[in-house]
Amino acid sequence: MNLRQLLGRVGLWLSVLTIVSPAILFFLWMASLSLKFEVDNAAYPPVFIPENFAWKNYADVLASNRFLTYFVNSVIVTGSATGLAMLVGVPAGYGIARMAAHKSAVVILIARITPGLSYLIPLFLLFQWLGLLGTLVPQVIIHLVVTVPIVIWIMIGYFETTPLELEEAALIDGATRWQVFRHVALPIAKPGLAVAFILAVIFSWNNFVFGIVLAGRETRTLPVAVYNMISFDQLSWGPLAAAALIVTAPVLLLTVMAQRQIVAGLTAGAVKGG
Amino acid sequence: MSVVTQASAASARDAAPEREWRPPSYWPFVIPALVVVLAVIIFPWVFTIWMSLNEWKVGSPITFVGLANYLRLPADPRFVEAVEHTLLYTALSVLLPLVFGTLAAIVFHQKFAARGFLRGIFIMPMMATPVAIALVWTMMFHPQLGVLNYLLSLVGLPPQLWVFNPTTVIPSLVLVETWQWTPLVMLIVLGGLAAIPTEPYESAQIDGANFWQVFRFITLPLIMPFLFIAGMIRMIDAVKSFDIIFAITQGGPGSASETINVYLYSVAFVYYDLGYGSAIAVVFFLLIIALAALLLYLRKRMLWTTELGAGA
Repeated sequence: MNLRQLLGRVGLWLSVLTIVSPAILFFLWMASLSLKFEVDNAAYPPVFIPENFAWKNYADVLASNRFLTYFVNSVIVTGSATGLAMLVGVPAGYGIARMAAHKSAVVILIARITPGLSYLIPLFLLFQWLGLLGTLVPQVIIHLVVTVPIVIWIMIGYFETTPLELEEAALIDGATRWQVFRHVALPIAKPGLAVAFILAVIFSWNNFVFGIVLAGRETRTLPVAVYNMISFDQLSWGPLAAAALIVTAPVLLLTVMAQRQIVAGLTAGAVKGG
Repeated sequence: MSVVTQASAASARDAAPEREWRPPSYWPFVIPALVVVLAVIIFPWVFTIWMSLNEWKVGSPITFVGLANYLRLPADPRFVEAVEHTLLYTALSVLLPLVFGTLAAIVFHQKFAARGFLRGIFIMPMMATPVAIALVWTMMFHPQLGVLNYLLSLVGLPPQLWVFNPTTVIPSLVLVETWQWTPLVMLIVLGGLAAIPTEPYESAQIDGANFWQVFRFITLPLIMPFLFIAGMIRMIDAVKSFDIIFAITQGGPGSASETINVYLYSVAFVYYDLGYGSAIAVVFFLLIIALAALLLYLRKRMLWTTELGAGA
């Protein structure tokens, strides 16, 4: 390796460090805030690594039974909204791809452009009228606004690239269309299923706007719970940051572990709901 | 790597001839989703348009008022101000991520160790729960205890009030938005870079072009379509931005960072003026469509000029 190449190498690594540092430093600072006692969080100049770690911030957050309720709410809402979306969205993506009904994608485009709050006004009235407010059902249903378009969009893309020959052969052998879907198309589209599932989970888990309108005290999801902590508990930063980190940790882990699938999905449709 | 496969798969799909084999009915696969889409997407839209024609406050009777709600809009100073805030916020939140995202994409286009892992780290800001990161940014913006003013003092700059000052609140929020969404632009442009053939670069190297010339005359024109897509997606998301603004400032101080979306929230769910809120929602949607059309028009004009330029 000559000097020129070496300089190029050093320059490249400096650029890499520069562009990833805003992300790394932010999340390290978040972790630092969450692990400090109030004395250290109020210190000037700021302390990055404290002498004593305040693990109790995490213990306090996890020990509050409220937080457990909100966690369960989040799991139920995200789980049901993603599960339902996969159930209806995967066959729909298949049907649209096979019928080459590309114009139907316009609906998904409109869903992508519409601000989340626009769905809230009519659906809020509908849920009120049906007497569903105060349960988790409204949130599960409205999260479908986020998850269903993601799943359909990504599955159309995957089913369009899977080979038709096998499906034709199976049809000629007398398989029903459902059997072809179930035993031929679906196994081939497994990577697409993973991408759709992961993105639907993340965007549903992160959703905030639907919760602040539809959630009552008992039906808050984690993002809404964290928001309420900001307004009522502004002074103790440690537990607040710990709660924020716990809320977003599953998503961050998933992002790093499944970055390949996430990148594939985002570049395919660049989807984001709400 | 996955970006490359995705891009080449997409181009292969476009190039494939129309298939002849069209089995009669795939409708049963689509019907369940159609029901869901009708219920949660189409129905709310129709209902919103109808509601926007009525005076409808929660608890009082509904009266049909025609276009009165729409006529209220231009005379509502808070709405007009919200439109201005939204346009400023959007312009900045499109341009800055485009610049930084392109630079980051050029770096990630090189080969280096642990690239996939580092790309995973790089996209964490846009995948993280917005409310959670908004909370940490709020702490970082704190004028006395926040780490940002400390960082400024290290380089000899005076402390700022960040989101607590009406004149700096929008730029401060744009900083968060840029930090959060630069990765998406990076991913889209990276897909574009992967699709560029190597020949132009080889001949440029022979001609002795420098780095800037290569970027300006080869890379930039070739990734333009991807930059356009990224800009369009960024515009749609920035106009609708809610979580970050609402969680950090709730539109404040005063109404200095109140965008259309935040105002819409107040009208519909604080004042429960649902008819007027619906009118705002409709106008808001039309504004997004108009901005998208404007971008498309600008792109067309730009293509036209460059073609003329190339022909001359």
